[in-house]
Amino acid sequence: MAEFIVDKDGIKRYLVTITVNGIKYTKMVKANSLLVNFLREDLDLTGTKKACEQGDCGACTVLLDGKPVNSCMVLTISVDGREVTTVEGLASNGKLDILQEKFIEHSAPQCGYCAPGILMSAKALLMRNPNPTELEVREAIAGNLCRCTGYVHYVQAILDAAAANQERKDG
Amino acid sequence: MAKEFSYLNFNRNKEYSYIGKSLKRTDILDKVTGRGKFTADLKFSNMLYGKLIRSTEAHARIIKIDTSEAEKLPGVRAIITAKDVPSIKYGLSPARYDETIFCIDKVRYYGDKIGAICAVDEETLYKALKLIKVEYEVLPAVFTPAEAAKEGAPQIFEEYPGNINTEIHLEFGDVEKAKKEAYYIRTDRLQGQRTVHGFIEPHCSIAYWEGKRVTIHSAHQSAHYLQHHIARIFNMKEGDVRVILPYIGAGFGGKLDVSGLDVAAVALSKITGQPVKMFFDLEEVWYNGRARHGMDMKYTTGVTKEGKILFVESEIILDGGAYTGLGVASSYYAGALLTVLYDFDNYRFDAYRYVTNLPPCGAQRGHGQPHPRYAFESHLDHIAEDLGIDPIDIRLLNARRANTVTPNGYEVKAYYLKEANEMARDVSGWKEKKGKLPKGRGIGVGNGGFVTGAGYCMYRTDLPHSIAMIKVYDDGTHAVVYTNAVDIGQGSDTVLTQMAAQAMGYPYEDITICTRDTDLSTLDFGAYASRQTLMAGWAVKRAGEDVKRKILAQAAEMLKVKEDGGYRFGKLTPEELECEEGIVYVKQEPAVNITFAEVARAYFVKHGVLIGRGYYHPGKLGGTHKGAAVGTSPAYSSATQIAEVEVDMETGLTKVVGTWDVHDSGFVVNPQLLHGQVHGAFSMGIGETIWEKVIFDEKGRVLNGNFAEYRLPTALDMPYVESLVVDTFEPNGPWGVKEVGEGATTPTLGCVANAVYDAIGVRISELPLTPEKIWRALKEAEGAKEKGGK
Ligand code: FES
Ligand code: FES
Repeated sequence: MAEFIVDKDGIKRYLVTITVNGIKYTKMVKANSLLVNFLREDLDLTGTKKACEQGDCGACTVLLDGKPVNSCMVLTISVDGREVTTVEGLASNGKLDILQEKFIEHSAPQCGYCAPGILMSAKALLMRNPNPTELEVREAIAGNLCRCTGYVHYVQAILDAAAANQERKDG
Repeated sequence: MAKEFSYLNFNRNKEYSYIGKSLKRTDILDKVTGRGKFTADLKFSNMLYGKLIRSTEAHARIIKIDTSEAEKLPGVRAIITAKDVPSIKYGLSPARYDETIFCIDKVRYYGDKIGAICAVDEETLYKALKLIKVEYEVLPAVFTPAEAAKEGAPQIFEEYPGNINTEIHLEFGDVEKAKKEAYYIRTDRLQGQRTVHGFIEPHCSIAYWEGKRVTIHSAHQSAHYLQHHIARIFNMKEGDVRVILPYIGAGFGGKLDVSGLDVAAVALSKITGQPVKMFFDLEEVWYNGRARHGMDMKYTTGVTKEGKILFVESEIILDGGAYTGLGVASSYYAGALLTVLYDFDNYRFDAYRYVTNLPPCGAQRGHGQPHPRYAFESHLDHIAEDLGIDPIDIRLLNARRANTVTPNGYEVKAYYLKEANEMARDVSGWKEKKGKLPKGRGIGVGNGGFVTGAGYCMYRTDLPHSIAMIKVYDDGTHAVVYTNAVDIGQGSDTVLTQMAAQAMGYPYEDITICTRDTDLSTLDFGAYASRQTLMAGWAVKRAGEDVKRKILAQAAEMLKVKEDGGYRFGKLTPEELECEEGIVYVKQEPAVNITFAEVARAYFVKHGVLIGRGYYHPGKLGGTHKGAAVGTSPAYSSATQIAEVEVDMETGLTKVVGTWDVHDSGFVVNPQLLHGQVHGAFSMGIGETIWEKVIFDEKGRVLNGNFAEYRLPTALDMPYVESLVVDTFEPNGPWGVKEVGEGATTPTLGCVANAVYDAIGVRISELPLTPEKIWRALKEAEGAKEKGGK
C-alpha cells in the first residue's frame, strides 16, 4: 500500500507514483480517487472520456500495464508503481499509431466520444494478437459502446491496421 | 403531353474536384488523438460544480424546501429554487411553453427540476445534495395515456384538460367515399415503446458572466436556439448571450431542448460570479428524457384488388410525459409524412398526445417517424399477404413518384422510392429468399424517408434559416468558412468545407471551418430535422460563389491573353474565366492562368478583406390547414431497407444477420460519411426493434437508466450491412443534395419486425421484440394450433 498522510480533517492522502504515457508522475490522492478522474483532473489528460462511470460503456478505456481497463472502475491508489497508456500516448514522436491512421482513412469515428476507448481496446488487441479475425476484433471492442457508427468503419479500420502491420513486418 | 422531367441518373457523368468524394473529416485528427475538447473536458479558473435538485415524487405539491443544512456545509456556494429565478415559461413549441426553470408549487415527474446547487468540488456537491430536504404533498399520478384519459384522472396541468396536450383531427380527400370503393379493408393496431437516444456523452453546460454578457459552453445541437431561449428566459438581448458549442458527443434530438443544466448554470454563475459547470450523470440523462414517444397506432387501410391504396385512417396516441418540449411537432410528424411515402388521395389522421407523470418525450432520430413507419409497414405486409401479393410489389405499386404534391400539401420534387425498392430487392437476393427460407429464418422490407430540414423555424420569425460567410486570408493562402451549422458527429463541418472548396474553386486542404460560436460565426438554426447539408449547404455554396465572383472580376484585370495567342486581343471579362482547385484560367486557353492566392492578394491590396456571403431561406411552403407547416420541407429523402433475421425458435432470441439500405439521398457530397450515417441508423434501429425500452416502476422511477440494463447494440450484435444509393438530383438542394441521417432510421424498425414475422409466422404487435415476447407468442400459436386440431 502506498504511503499516506492524514490532514487536519482526518482524511488520508496517499502518495502514488504512476507512469503515464512514459512520464512518471508523483502525486497525493485520496483513497476514493478514480483513475479516470486522476487522468482527467489531476493530469489534464482529457482524451480519456467519461460517460457511464459504471464500467458499462468503455469510453474511459486505458491500458494498464498493456491491458485494457475501464479507468472509471480503477482506484488510483491501486495503480501505484504501474504503467498507464492513454489515447494521448498512442502517437510517438509526432507520428500517429497505425490505428489512428486507419481510423482517419475510414472516417471511423463520427461524434468521436467513443473513439479514444475504442482505440485503446484495439491497441491492446493488436499487441496480444497482431492478426485478428473479424470476430476477434468485434469481441475486443464489444465493451466499447458507440451509438453513431454501427461499428462498421471501426471494424474495417482495425482489420486494416492489422494488415498494414503485417505487411510492414513482411516487407 | 410534356415529357416528365426526371432527376434520375443525373450525376452519373459529373466529376467535381471536392464534392462527391470521401475526403478526410475536418475534425478527425482531434478525434483520434484525444485532443478535441468536449464540454466536460473544459475547465475555467475558479470554476464551481453544479447539480440539479431533482424531485423524488412523480406528482406532488411542494410544501417546503429546506436547504439550511446543506448551506452550512463548507464549500457549498449557492442553492437556488424557483423563488430565486424568473418564473417565465419556456419550451420548444411556442403554443405550449409549459416549463419553468424550476418547479413552482408542483412537480410533475420523478426527476423534475426543483432547484440547483453549486459547490467547490463534486464531493461536496453530492454531500450537500443529501442534506436538502423537500417536503411534498403527494398527488395521485398517471403513468400511461390510458390512465391519463380516464374519467376523473388527476390533472397534471390546468391548461391541458383531460391531460390532452395535443389533439389532431385532419382529413384530406373523402375517406368515407373511398371506403365504399375499396375491395379489401384491414385494420391493425401496434405499439411502439419509449426509448432513449443513447448518445454516450451526457449533457454538460458551463456558464460565466462578463459584465452584462453571459457565455455558455454546452453540449447542444443548436447554438441559435439555445441563445434565443436563454435570452428570452432571462429577459436579455440575444446579443448579450454568447453560446459556444465544443465538440458534441452526438445528440439524435436529445440535445435540442434547453436543458435544466443550461438555465441553472446561467443563474448560478450570475449569483456566484464564478464559472459554473453543470452536468448530468447517465441516469439523469434518462430522466431528462426528450426521447422517442411511446405510441399506440391504429391503421385502417382500404385497397383495390391489386393492392393500390385508396384510403388510410390512422389514429395515434402518444405518451408525452410531463411537458411538451417538441411534442406538438412529434404528434404532427407521426401522421404527416405517410402521404409522402405512398401515393393515395384519401387520408384521415387523428392523434392525441397525453401528458403523464413520466419524463417528457421529444425528438429522437427520425422525429415521430420510426414507430408509425414500423406500424404501417407491418400493416402493409399483412394486406399484401391477405391479397397474395409480394411485399415489395405492393410497395412498388404505391410508392410516390417524383414531381407530385401530397394530399396534405407537400411538394415533392426528386423522389425515387420505387427505384430504391427495386435495387434493395435485387441486392438482397429477395426473390431467392422470400418464402423460401427455413423456419426461424426470415426476410423483411420497410420503407421510410424524412424531411431535409423543416420548412419553418421552431418559433415565429422571418430570419433566414442559414447564413454563411467565407473570409480569405490577406495573402490568399487560406480561407475560413463561418457558419453555425452544428456538427454533432454526422460530419457537417466536413461536408460544408467540401462545398465551400467546390464553390470557390479553392483547395479543400486550405480551408478551415469556424462553427458553433454565436460571437464568431454566423446564424444557422443547427442540427435537427436533417437540415445541415441542404440548408447550410446553400448558404455556404452561395458564399463560395460570391468569393469566386470577386476573384474572377479581379483576375480579369490581371490576366492578359497573348496577342499572338490566336485567342483575341485586349482585356478579358470575368465570364471568360474559370477558377478550379486554386487556379484561375482562361476557359478558351487554360495555359493562360494565375493562382487564386495571387489574385486574392491583389484584391486585398485594392479593396481590403475578401469576403463571400451566402444566405438561405426556404420560402413559403405547404398548405393552410391547421398544422400544415409541420412536415414541410424543400426536399424529401426516401429509403428502402431489407433485413434478414434468424430467430431461435426455442429461446426466442433474434439475431439480425444481414441488412441492406438503398437511399434516395440526392447528390452525395461525401459517400463515406453517408454510409456512416446509414450504419449508425441501422444499429439504433436494430436495438430499438429487439431490446431497447425504458422501464419505470410504480413510482415513475427509471429502472434501467444505465448501459447495462438498457442495452445498446455492441459490435457483436451488428450484422452485415450494405449501404447503397440511387443516383438522383434534388432541384431544391445545392448540387442536388438531400438528407440521409434521420431518414435512414425510419425503415429499420418495420423491416426488422417484418423479417421476424416472416421467420416465426406470428406478429408481435408491440416493440421491442424481446425473446420473452417471441417465446410466448410461439407458445400461444402452438397452443392455438393444438386446440384447433382437437
Ligand atoms: S465511463 Fe468507464 S466504462 Fe463507462
Ligand atoms: S462515434 Fe459517436 S459514440 Fe461512437
